[in-house]
Amino acid sequence: MAERISVVENILGANDRLAQDNRARLDAAGVFAVNLMASPGAGKTSLIEQTLPRLAQKFRVAVVDGDIATSIDADRAAAAGASAAVQINTGGECHLDAVMLQQALNRLDLSAADLLIVENVGNLVCPAGFALGTHKSVLVASIPEGDDKPYKYPGMYRGVDVLVINKMDLLPYINFRMDYFRAGVEALNPGLVTFPLSCRTGEGLDAWINWLTQHATRNTQHLIPGT
Amino acid sequence: MHELPVTQSILEIAVRNGSQANARRVTDIYLVIGELSSLIDESIQFYWDMIAKDTIAEGATLHFRRIEAELMCNDCGERFPHNREDVSCPGCGGRNVKVAAGDEFFMEAIEVDGEPQG
Repeated sequence: MAERISVVENILGANDRLAQDNRARLDAAGVFAVNLMASPGAGKTSLIEQTLPRLAQKFRVAVVDGDIATSIDADRAAAAGASAAVQINTGGECHLDAVMLQQALNRLDLSAADLLIVENVGNLVCPAGFALGTHKSVLVASIPEGDDKPYKYPGMYRGVDVLVINKMDLLPYINFRMDYFRAGVEALNPGLVTFPLSCRTGEGLDAWINWLTQHATRNTQHLIPGT
Repeated sequence: MHELPVTQSILEIAVRNGSQANARRVTDIYLVIGELSSLIDESIQFYWDMIAKDTIAEGATLHFRRIEAELMCNDCGERFPHNREDVSCPGCGGRNVKVAAGDEFFMEAIEVDGEPQG
C-alpha cells in the first residue's frame, strides 16, 4: 500500500518566503540592504567601521550585527557612526536566517534609514544557504585566509553579488596566488564584481563606497535634504 | 549548527504533503542535495526521531541523492566534473566555464502508507 508522492519543493522554501517579506518591507521603506558575509577575522566589522564615516554625509546607515554571543560588533558599528545598531545573538546558530532579520527589522525604525548593512555570523558555509531578503550579498575575503577558499567553499563564492578582497596590504608578505584565487572565483561566479582593498590603509575603499552609494541612491526615496 | 532548522523544514514539507495525500504514515523521504549546496549530511537522520516524534513522519527514513558539481564550457559545450583545483575545460582548454549542476537542495518525493482500503 506504499505510495510514492512527488513533492519537488525547496527545502528552505519557508525561509525564502520570509526573506521575500523582509525584502518587501525594505523596499517599502526605500532602504537598500546588503548582507555581509565572511569567515571570522576577514574584516567584516572593520569594513563597516571604514564605510560608515565615508557615507555619513549621504545616508543614514543602520547596522544589524549577527554574532553568537557578544555585542562587540554592534558597539563598534555604533561608535563608527551607525544611525542605529541592532545586535542579534544567535545563541549558537552559525548563520542568520530570515526570521532573525525580521526580528531585527522590528527593532529598527526603517523610515529613519537609507542603507542597512547586515553583518552575518563569521562562517563561510552556512550563511550562504539562508536568504535574508537583503538586496545584495557581499563576501569579504582576505589575503591571509589563503588563495584556495573559492575551491573549498564553492557554495559561498557561488551565491554572492560582490566580492571584497580585504587586507591587500599584506599581499607582499603572504604566498597568495591572485591568479589562482581569481580563476576559482570566476569558475563559480563569472564576472563577479570585485573590490580589492585594505581597511588598514584605506587603499581601494573608494570603489567600494562608490558602488554602495550608487545602489543605495537608486533604492532610496528620501535622501537627507540638502546633501 | 543549522541541522535543526533544516530538519524542521524537511519535517514541515513532508508532513504537509503526506497529510494532503491522506497518508497514515510517511515512511521515506527523498532529498536531492547538490555538492555546492551541501548544507546537510546524513547526520540529520539522528535528529529525525526527536523532531518527528508524534507526527505522521515519525520513524521515516531519509534518502539522500547527491548531485556532483558539474561545469559546462561556454565555448565548446563540454560538461565535466568540477574537481575544484583546475577549472579549465578538458575539451578545449578554455576557462570560460559556468556551473551546470550542483546547486540542488530540494525534496523530490515522499513514500507514504495510505489508509487501509475497505
